[in-house]
Order: sequence, then structure tokens, then C-alpha cells
Amino acid sequence: MATLKELSKKDELLAGGHRLCAGCGASIVVRQILLAAGKNTIATCSTGCLEVATSIYPFTSWRIPFFHSAFENSAATSCGIEAMYQSLKRRGKLPVNEKINFIAFGGDGGTYDIGLQSLSGGLERGHDFLYVCYDNGAYMNTGIQRSSSTPLGAATTTTPAGKVIPGKQQYRKDLTDVVEAHHIPYLAQASPHNWKDLNRKVEKALSIKGPKFLNVIAPCHRGWRTGINEAIKLAKVAVDTCFWPLYEVENGKLTINYKPKDKKPITEWIKMQGRFKHLFKPENEHIIQRLQEGIDCKWENLLKREEFEKTC
Amino acid sequence: MGKIVAMTGNIAVANAMRQINPDVCAAYPITPSTEVMQQFSNFVADGKVDTELVTVESEHSAMSACIGSSAAGGRVMTATSANGLALMWEMLYIASGNRLPIAMMVINRALSAPINIHGDHSDEMGARDAGWIQMYSENGQEAYDNLIQAILIGESEGVLLPVMVGMDGFIISHSIENLSMLDDQQVKDFLGEYKPLHPLLNVNKPLTMGPLDLQDYYSEHKRQQTEAMELVKPAILKVAKDFAALSGRTYGFFETHRLDDAEMGIIALGSAAGTARHVVDGLREKGIKVGMLKLRVFRPFPSEELQQALGHLKSLAVMDRSESFGAAGGPVFSEVRSALYDLPTRPKTINYIYGLGGRDLGIANIEQVVADLQEINQTGKIKNLITHLTVRE
Ligand SMILES: Cc1ncc(C[n+]2csc(CCOP(=O)(O)OP(=O)(O)O)c2C)c(N)n1
Repeated sequence: MATLKELSKKDELLAGGHRLCAGCGASIVVRQILLAAGKNTIATCSTGCLEVATSIYPFTSWRIPFFHSAFENSAATSCGIEAMYQSLKRRGKLPVNEKINFIAFGGDGGTYDIGLQSLSGGLERGHDFLYVCYDNGAYMNTGIQRSSSTPLGAATTTTPAGKVIPGKQQYRKDLTDVVEAHHIPYLAQASPHNWKDLNRKVEKALSIKGPKFLNVIAPCHRGWRTGINEAIKLAKVAVDTCFWPLYEVENGKLTINYKPKDKKPITEWIKMQGRFKHLFKPENEHIIQRLQEGIDCKWENLLKREEFEKTC
Repeated sequence: MGKIVAMTGNIAVANAMRQINPDVCAAYPITPSTEVMQQFSNFVADGKVDTELVTVESEHSAMSACIGSSAAGGRVMTATSANGLALMWEMLYIASGNRLPIAMMVINRALSAPINIHGDHSDEMGARDAGWIQMYSENGQEAYDNLIQAILIGESEGVLLPVMVGMDGFIISHSIENLSMLDDQQVKDFLGEYKPLHPLLNVNKPLTMGPLDLQDYYSEHKRQQTEAMELVKPAILKVAKDFAALSGRTYGFFETHRLDDAEMGIIALGSAAGTARHVVDGLREKGIKVGMLKLRVFRPFPSEELQQALGHLKSLAVMDRSESFGAAGGPVFSEVRSALYDLPTRPKTINYIYGLGGRDLGIANIEQVVADLQEINQTGKIKNLITHLTVRE
């Protein structure tokens, strides 16, 4: 695995000058991933902030082959490219020893929601590709609408903090669990604040043949209503509160990559974000409690499972 | 060279695909096209082709995977029908907008609702503005021939557009007919190697495809697509000429039958053309001056050529196997009538919507159409501009 010094000397494969917001978490995630993946990589991306801001004709930030096709099909598109690669290699039209990485990027809307079927199909069929969800917890590109990744209680433009309904009423979907049900060789959750862990996970994923999945938290100051320079801090607190546990599952075996010494209450994370402001009103505090319960439940299950698997 | 075989339309199409041996195929089942990809899967499983078969989880992903594969750089095919084609709708435009010469067999079937599995053209006609080259086939032979030619038409220099080839569901797809199949080697030589211009798989020359294209460039790119479509007509004729040299079978934008000295004409596409031809021959024996035109290519629409072929008629009936709700007639009618508008004198043109959801079009139905045309010629008046034929009123 590369040291920070080595990484800093590598070619930057997502050029600056793109039009993502200053302080956008997604661009940091993608840069880190591409540093780990290297230039023999072909990326696809679902419609969303990342795609619209990095490839505005006649400009592109992508120094690797890049294809945006539609919103719900980053996985199927990447699988199609990979299928052609396999075919041409078999037919002797491509060098057999040239390894190409196929990475499909998607926002949480493009992954948890509209692209879930395409992702599921690609995973089940066993294509040799890595799917990366950069999860900012809402449809940001269209103006912060709720997705099934939006946390309980969060205000979005389609789940506003109203007088009667105070923000999103449902828990978020646990996509990483959904993906795990596909029994793929490798999947992980990661965060850009822990670049070492993210870098290692990308390298590891790309060293494995078959379908791989990474869910990476990508703070968005526009949607989360936070300071413009807080993406990394927000990602860190999300991990420290166990809202976003860092773990990986390799061939069915779970490893928790980081266990906070003292797990912070979720209030530490949500108080940094305007989208949860209304939860601190007395009449809404039960929602914070529910949010905490959901987080505790998942975290304890992870700990128990890891313990249990040690005995198997 | 070639041999006569008896097979269904679907099996003929699957055999064309076997001989084409594309680099990647996507497969998803829907009646009546299921059998095509099923038979092709046998070819894959038995090693008769070395295509990478992607058995997707929906038609949306079928076309998405085809788009990814084609952009990666290689020959790509799939087949579908009706709801499957409708589910691809978004992706059809993305295939043509990215100038990807994918070839797709559409086994034409009625669109839901009500759900119906039988043949009509509502699926393919619904995709007529999607930027795809569109062809229709009268029988298994034509479906086989069209699909092989489609590969080269789409890949032609300057064209680079996807092609869909239609064949009437069940009526053709599931009927056994004799057809002449080329040798495998002949097809291989005819098609040659596809050399994609800008393959995404070339990591040494990174390319961004599918960027956001705003007010400052979008119009130019759409204009380029229009220009590519304009190059399709010569490409179709060139490929048809080479194909004729190989097979002895000639193709153009359409085929005429006893039309030159006719006073009345019928336009049909797909399997109805066979019935129309039969009726024309019968009526000619009675001295009735009727002819027919079978449209093979619907996109690009051969307006000028149709003006020349039809301008001398007194009256013309256009047969549409799909409805265009709220429009000025069925899709073929609207286009044909528009094409004839610029002629100084033009036939009185009427429209028949027929055969929806696979309903039979009988000899008597077409004889009725000709009787209507005769009445127009006698009275100089059109009684009904649009008639729903083969329907209980
Ligand atoms: C089929 C389809 N439906 C809706 C849209 C509109 N749309 C474009 S981007 C987007 C939101 C993307 O959200 P997400 O995937 O979470 O990525 P983000 O913008 O947050 O990075 C939507 C709804 C579309 N392009 N295509």
C-alpha cells in the first residue's frame, strides 16, 4: 500500500477545475479512489452531481476513459464495457496480460434507488467490476430530494421539516447489507477522512476477480447545511458516532476496520448539520432517540457478528 | 453457395446472429422474441459462437449493457419485443446520440394495455424518433437478410447509428418457411472486421463519452446526428448492392409490385405485404389496375423515392399496423401523405389501421380497400380518410 508521500506523487486522474462545489465530499472520494486504482481504469458514472460537474462538453476532468450513459445504469454500462473486454481478450483482439479495472460510480440516488436493479443484476452475474456508491444521502444534483439513503429525521426538499411532518419519517436503507445478500467476494464501507483505509480497500477490491462494492460516505455541505470546509470532519464524526461504520466483508467474513474508543452519541454528528436542526425541538427529540436506536442496533450486530465469526 | 432450409422467423434470425458472431450480446426474454436469444444461447453453450452473452435482469439493462459494450469497441446485438422495447426507450436515444452502431432485432408485438403478445407495429413505430435506422421484414428470409445487412449499414463511414430490424411477431417469428441461408464463411467475409473509431477500451487514449452538453453545443451534435441519418440512404443502397452480388436477392428502400401502370396503390410493411401482393395479382387478372408498395426502410424515410414511385397514382391506401392516437392518421400514413404533399398532382390518399394485437388481415379486407379506392376514383371524393379495418364497430 502506498504511503501518503507516494500517493502525493502519483498522477492526479481527476483533474481540478471541475465544477463540483468547493468542499464537495464526492470529488475527494473519487480522487482518492483513482489514486489507488491507477490509469488502467475505465469509469462509468450515473447522472448526478459528479457526472454533470466533471464532464461539461467540451471539457472533462477525467484522465481515464469515462462514460456517462444514464441515471440508473452505471452498473449495467460498466458490465457492458467489461463484457466487451472479456470478449475481445478471448478473441485475441486485446492483450491478455493487460489488466483493466472497471469502476462504476453512482450517487446514492443512482444506487440505492433507481439503479438498484442494475447494480443487483451486475453483482449477481459476476462481472469483474467495482461499484462505488458515493453516498451523500440525497438527490443533490436536482436540489436535495430525499433518497432511500437519507437518514431518519433529515430535512430534504421532499421531506421538509414541516409543522406536521418533521423531516424524513423512515430509517435509511442499509444498502451495504442488501449488497451483501449477493454473496460477492468483497464489499466494504469507507470514508474519505480515513484515506489509508479507503486506499487499501480500493487496492484490495481491485486485486480480486469478480464483483466488488464500496459504499463511501461523501458529505455535501449544500444538502447537509454545514460549513463549506467541513466534509472531512463530518465524515470522521459519522464514523466516530457509528452512523457510518468502517467495515469490510471478504468472502462472507466481516472485519470491522475501526472501533471508536468511546462511541460518540449521534447528536455530535447531527448538531453539525442544518438538515437536522428541527430535531432539537423538544417535540422532536424522540426522533433523535429512534435514530440513535437504529445506529446502536446495527453497530451491536456488527460487533456480535464479528465476534461470532471468530469462533467459526 | 447457400442452402434452402425450412425454419421459423425466429430461428432464421438466431442463425443470422450465429453467422454474425457478435462480440457481445445482451439477452432478456419477452414473447415473441424470446426464442431468438434462447436459440442464440444454445449456440453460445455449444461453442458455435464465441460471443460474450450478458443475461441481464431487464431490457433497460440489456440496452445499457449494449451501449457500454458498443462504446467499449465491438459488434453488439440484442433482440426484444413490445414492452421490452418500451422499457428501453430512454436508452434508445442514448445509443443513437452516442453514435453506437448496435443491431437489434425487434419481433414486433402490440404494446400494453391491454396486454397482448401478438404482432403489430406499435412497439417499433413508438421508437420512430429515437434516432435508429428502422427496417421491416415481410418474411423470415427478409428478416435474415436485413439483419445481416444491418450490421454494415450501421457501421458505415459517417453513419455510426444503431439499427433495428422488425419482423411481425408470431405471424413470421413462429411460422416455418423456406429460406435461403448463406454459408457461414460468406457472411463472415461479407461483414469483415469492425474497426471502432474511438474505443473506450483504449486506456492509452482516454476518452470521455456522454458528457453534459448544454445550449452551446447540443444543437450542433443533434445536427450531426441528422447528417449521419442523411448518409444512411446511400449506405443502404451500397450494402444492398454488395449483398445482392452475394445472395442474388435485391433490396432497396421499398419494393414495388405492378405499380408502374397502376391507378390505385396499396402501401404495406411487414407480413401484410404478402397478402396485399396476392390480392393485387388476383385483381389484375380481372383487369383492375392496382399495384402495391412494400416499405422496407422507415427510418430514414425515403420521401423523394416514394414521390417518384407513387406520384402517378389516382388513389393510394396506406396500411398502418399501429395507431397514433390523436394524430392525423397512423404513422406510415402521416409520413407518406406528407411526402406526397409537394407533388403538383398527387393521389388521393387514405389510411387503414388494421391488424392490431395480431388480428388477421384477410384477402377480403384488402379487396375491400381496393373497392374503396375504386369508389374514390369514380366519385373523386374521399368518404373516410381513416378507417379502422378488421375491427368490430
Ligand atoms: C431516469 C431519470 N430520472 C431522473 C433524472 C433526474 N436526475 C438527474 S441527477 C438526479 C439526482 C442524482 O442523485 P444522486 O444519485 O444521489 O447523486 P448526487 O446528485 O447526489 O451526486 C436526478 C433525480 C434523470 N436524469 N434520469
